[in-house]
Amino acid sequence: MLNKLILANLGHRPIRTLLSVLAIAVEVTMILTLVGVSHGTLDQSAQRARGVGADIWFRPPGSSAIGLSTAPMSDKIPALLMKEPHVTFAMGTMVQPLSGFDTITGLDLEDFRKLNGGFRFLQGGPLVNDNDMIVDEYYAKQKHLHVGDTVNMMNHDWKIVGIFESGKLARVCVKLKVLQELTGNPGHLSQIFIKVDDPKNAQAVVEQLRAKYPGYQIYTMEEFTSMLSISNVGMLKSFIGVVIGVAVVVGFIVVFMAMYTAVLERTREIGILKAVGSSSALILNILFRETLLLALLGSVVGIALTYGTQWLMQHVVSGSLVQETVYDWWPISTGIAIAGALLGAVVPGIKAVRQDVTEALSYE
Amino acid sequence: MSEPGVEPPIIAINGLTKTYQVGDVPVRALRGVDLVVRKSEFVAIIGASGSGKSTLFHVLGGLTPATSGTVRINGRDLAAMTDSERTDLRKNTVGFVFQKYNLLPTLTAEDNIRIVQYIAGRDPVFDPGFLEILRLLGIEDRMKHKPRALSGGQQQRVAIARGIVNSPAILLADEPTGNLDSENSAAVLTLMKDLNRRLGQTILMITHDSDAASYADRIVKMRDGCIV
Repeated sequence: MLNKLILANLGHRPIRTLLSVLAIAVEVTMILTLVGVSHGTLDQSAQRARGVGADIWFRPPGSSAIGLSTAPMSDKIPALLMKEPHVTFAMGTMVQPLSGFDTITGLDLEDFRKLNGGFRFLQGGPLVNDNDMIVDEYYAKQKHLHVGDTVNMMNHDWKIVGIFESGKLARVCVKLKVLQELTGNPGHLSQIFIKVDDPKNAQAVVEQLRAKYPGYQIYTMEEFTSMLSISNVGMLKSFIGVVIGVAVVVGFIVVFMAMYTAVLERTREIGILKAVGSSSALILNILFRETLLLALLGSVVGIALTYGTQWLMQHVVSGSLVQETVYDWWPISTGIAIAGALLGAVVPGIKAVRQDVTEALSYE
Repeated sequence: MSEPGVEPPIIAINGLTKTYQVGDVPVRALRGVDLVVRKSEFVAIIGASGSGKSTLFHVLGGLTPATSGTVRINGRDLAAMTDSERTDLRKNTVGFVFQKYNLLPTLTAEDNIRIVQYIAGRDPVFDPGFLEILRLLGIEDRMKHKPRALSGGQQQRVAIARGIVNSPAILLADEPTGNLDSENSAAVLTLMKDLNRRLGQTILMITHDSDAASYADRIVKMRDGCIV
């Protein structure tokens, strides 16, 4: 009977109900999209890192897990590393951030080939001239690039000479020397990839290098990729926390407004319910059930909307952002939406309970 | 205190006053009402607008507290009751029929009645006796309609059905025939009289209509917040 009343109440003001559901849905979508993009981007980074084919990743002191914005290491280091026991090969690259999440990587294609067999080109071929640039298939699709096109990056005109299969190291690559010169970092590297004679020796080599190069971030590839999680990227963790906070506030305000106006509008009806014997608990029960239903409907719509944002990411910014469906976060985001909504219903609920019955009954 | 063998009154009002504050102005709606109503009595309360009839009903139903004086329902002082006890009183002992119907607009006529059964913790089904009452009220075929699809008279009859569905010991009816034509008025009043006689229900009815008042066992007149 109570559920019938609740459904009737929600159906009585369909636009308000729809807007409340949509607002909660946006809240849920916001959380799920951010978490999905974070997971997707980190997983893509891990996948590209694995695709390099190295056993050890050698990075400068103080670098973050998801980006390299400087090139502080000397390009003499790979040669020194190759003299270490079990190390069969070492290759350095330079990474320069572009706008947004994009980066440009400088590398020596011949060294890269030695490490993993090189890129598999879908169109065109390798870097030959200094102004040549190769990009992966997703970046080419997102930026509508074709072999032969000219693009301007870092105030420099580059000619697209090849489009390679995604999943190895980077999305945009140029010659190492050219990028070093262009960024004023001649002879410097951002990271070094090391190959050892037997992957079983990787951990021992890492420990040996850590002792020899204190402060440098040296990890086996497995170790590094397992570090690519939200909880290990401080900035991302904080950012998600902020977005969840904003989402809760949005949910709170939306439901507060919706329920407050509902309580005002239903002053007389609440008076009637009290006059026929409804307890305060029953009135609160009705309001909270209504809120819960709005939050659940909003969450379902919000989850459905994340497939829309996923589609958008895939078709609009496939080279920059990847959004995964993170099922674990469905109940979490629903819980957050419910918490925000119930919080928003508290004050209107108290108002409803405290309403004087005779005044409520004379309310027009 | 009741004498041995004499049933105590179901309603005993003594020196009841009620003062409202309208802005900064105190409005004395009840100015020392004394009234005793015995079980199964049908009392009509008549009086001009503003004489305090509706306020008396609201105090009797525990909807608003008295300013001074005592009101005892079934021997229990309303002022000594907790909120929860007053809620139980409205749930189980006192039924209301409001002048402005006060039906829930989002529910059908049937659900407006059923929800009162639900609130009282009863099975929300209509027994044959109640179906007969709906037939007598002439609304049995209007049960699936929402209040906005019902005429004023039909809404009033639904409100009456809602007021009596749980068979409260006391029925407080504020102008129950105010929006009905003479034929329906007669049907409603006959029904109330029948409930009073057959089930021993105590009825207090506010009315302006002397014909309606004539159905009652006793007529009480109110003027300026007092019984005269």
